[in-house]
Amino acid sequence: MKVVLQHLTKIFPSRNKKDAGAEVVAVNDFNLEIPDGKLIGLLGPSGCGKSTTLFMISGLQEPTAGKIYFGDDDVTKLAPENRGIGLVFQNYALYPHLTVQQNILFPLQNLKGEKRLSKEEMLARTEQVAKLVQIDEYMNRKPSELSGGQQQRVAIARALVKMPRVLLLDEPLSNLDARLRLQTREEIRRIQRDTGITTIFVTHDQEEAMSISDFIVVMKLGVIMQTGKPQWVYDDPANLFVAKFLGAPPINMFAGMVRGGKLYIGEEAVMDVDGAADQEVYVGIRPEGFILDRAGSLTCKVSGIDVMGRDISVVSTHENSLNPVVRSIISADGIKSITGDTVRFSLKQHKVFLFNKETEARVYFGEQVATHEAMIAEMAAEGQVYAAHEGPLPREADDKDKPAAAKEKKSKRFGKKRAGSQDHADSEEKR
Amino acid sequence: MKAKSKKRNQWKAWLYLLPMIILLLVFTVWPIINTVRIAFLCRWDPDVGAIVGYDYQTSMLENVHYQFGINNFINVFAAGNSFLTALGNTMLLTVLTVPISTMLALLIAVALNSIKFLKKFFQTVFFLPYVTNAIAIGMVFATMFGMIWPSPAKPPTSVGIINTIIEAFGGHYVNWIDRGSSYWANIAVLVTYIVWNALPFKILVLLGGLQNVDKQYYDAAKVDGASRWRIFWRITVPLLSPMIAYVVITGFIGGFKEYTSIVGIFGEDMGPYGAPGKLNTMVGFIYDSIPHNQGKASAAALILFAIIFIVTMINMYVSKKKVHY
Ligand SMILES: Nc1ncnc2c1ncn2[C@@H]1O[C@H](COP(=O)(O)OP(=O)(O)OP(=O)(O)O)[C@@H](O)[C@H]1O
Ligand SMILES: [Mg+2]
Repeated sequence: MKVVLQHLTKIFPSRNKKDAGAEVVAVNDFNLEIPDGKLIGLLGPSGCGKSTTLFMISGLQEPTAGKIYFGDDDVTKLAPENRGIGLVFQNYALYPHLTVQQNILFPLQNLKGEKRLSKEEMLARTEQVAKLVQIDEYMNRKPSELSGGQQQRVAIARALVKMPRVLLLDEPLSNLDARLRLQTREEIRRIQRDTGITTIFVTHDQEEAMSISDFIVVMKLGVIMQTGKPQWVYDDPANLFVAKFLGAPPINMFAGMVRGGKLYIGEEAVMDVDGAADQEVYVGIRPEGFILDRAGSLTCKVSGIDVMGRDISVVSTHENSLNPVVRSIISADGIKSITGDTVRFSLKQHKVFLFNKETEARVYFGEQVATHEAMIAEMAAEGQVYAAHEGPLPREADDKDKPAAAKEKKSKRFGKKRAGSQDHADSEEKR
Repeated sequence: MKAKSKKRNQWKAWLYLLPMIILLLVFTVWPIINTVRIAFLCRWDPDVGAIVGYDYQTSMLENVHYQFGINNFINVFAAGNSFLTALGNTMLLTVLTVPISTMLALLIAVALNSIKFLKKFFQTVFFLPYVTNAIAIGMVFATMFGMIWPSPAKPPTSVGIINTIIEAFGGHYVNWIDRGSSYWANIAVLVTYIVWNALPFKILVLLGGLQNVDKQYYDAAKVDGASRWRIFWRITVPLLSPMIAYVVITGFIGGFKEYTSIVGIFGEDMGPYGAPGKLNTMVGFIYDSIPHNQGKASAAALILFAIIFIVTMINMYVSKKKVHY
């Protein structure tokens, strides 16, 4: 089932009637087309409106504006139970008083009229789904007697048993430990492939989204920042936010300048950037974009070397770096050529991204223009529409105007998040 | 060193608890023990403050202290039908009021929990009976259900608001609580009153439980397509079952101790005019017995305790099976 979101917007009204400015635009003019049978990852920092988007698709929350289509049906006004969706909640919401089997049966028992199944059919269907998610051994246990991963699979089974047209998963792995998370996400992938149900998977963990999704949607403050295949979004970020949000270790940022077709970081001309107009830019260089080169034009002070088996990570500093350290990943052979306390790099063109300092939109140069266009064409061939946010976010200005109390509240929200995604939140905050 | 300071702290703790312990011992523990003792003492004479011996023929007034037996219990049942009447009334009222008030409280709590507008106002309204004197409410009920009826031969000169309403709808007035009123009319009034009185506490407890239920279960149920009715029975009731069990158990205990409601409506005669004792309850029976036979009163109190104990045990057993966590 194809899912189309048109101009989807959700505004939570301000609690304080006098201060209309305190309203929250949780989702802002969201346009997206999800092809049938695909698994898409909805990715963004905490509070960017992922759950809200999901709840609108599920029908639990009513959009302030915009339309939702499943296939050709407009479901915007439809009640949740009539949409044919399965929803897995952020913390599963399994009924604690029912056994695994009763939990999975519950949606079936609610079916009415023609759709109503006989008792045997219900049990058979339950059994079948339980097998699919491999929890058939625990049918008579209560949720409290299951591990997190098992509970999560029960939640998926309960969502699947009605044979939904669309499966919605809200950060289903956030409560699991690292190993289980890895394992379960493979399992979700497998189940999705087996059933072919269009699936939307919400997460704020970029690695999770990258590894599981057919394509990802990166969000910030309720706005789509970019859509595309995971690798594609990583290799060709449309704006500063996406570049910074994806990648571990994170991208290295420098303050730079384009003058006469050359890119300057500080006083050094580090690279030719044909076709880019003169402007002040942020320079993003992926850790794997550095080449050790005695004749290289980027000079950094070495502060440490981490050996990671096949590769080594050179930790260095540069006065124009916007991060405390510059982290580059090079092949271990290069370690011999690092002598003294400075190191010189040349750069791989396709790992260097420029962003306009004002709009934070990508500045393409050289071969990047062609690659970018080729990828858009590829996406179009698969029936997907390229979407990328360019220019400043509509709400960022408001953000600065907000009273200190509101800002503090926001940072508290960030503080609650798991340690794993902390760096993103931090880089978010610093901006 | 550490153990020593721990010991000293324990002493302090005991010291702080001491006043309460003394009060409990004097006013609760000792009376309980004494009740048991008196219940099993034969022929307790309150005037003598001792047991009166059997042998009246020889005019020997033997003070046989501490002679135990079940004589008082025999007396309780021998007291004509009055004990069985009291037991029957108590059971009937309990069995009727506990389910009715629990169901009503559950419905009202769910309704209160789902409204947004005037929520606080209605919460207060429903809580008011809790902070109103039970006897006072009883008198109000007596006025509402009663009528002014100077001569049984003629129709009443004036009827209460309930009968006025019945007549407004074309019905015939009912003699709810006055002279010659029927047993079932009396019971109906009492049930109404007791339910009314029991509601606020139950609503409060259930509403508290409801507010602790994670809203996500309801979202999940909505996505799963459950009807309101099924959500109520399959989600709300089971998730509230610990609260419901609590309310039912305390309801039974309270029901078996029913007394003030009857006094409130019918006065200390425990029955409509002309039929005193008709609506007597266990506690009423105990109170009645105290002045002339403490032994009998104590024995009746022990019987009441045994009944409450057994019923509570059954309740606990059932709720262990039905309460889900
Ligand atoms: N019921 C509500 N009333 C007011 N504001 C809300 C409500 N629900 C969410 N919001 C706000 O809307 C924004 C988006 O919330 P949402 O729950 O969709 O974030 P999220 O991306 O799912 O975050 P997380 O990763 O932490 O789950 C947040 O700023 C949040 O504070
Ligand atoms: Mg969320």
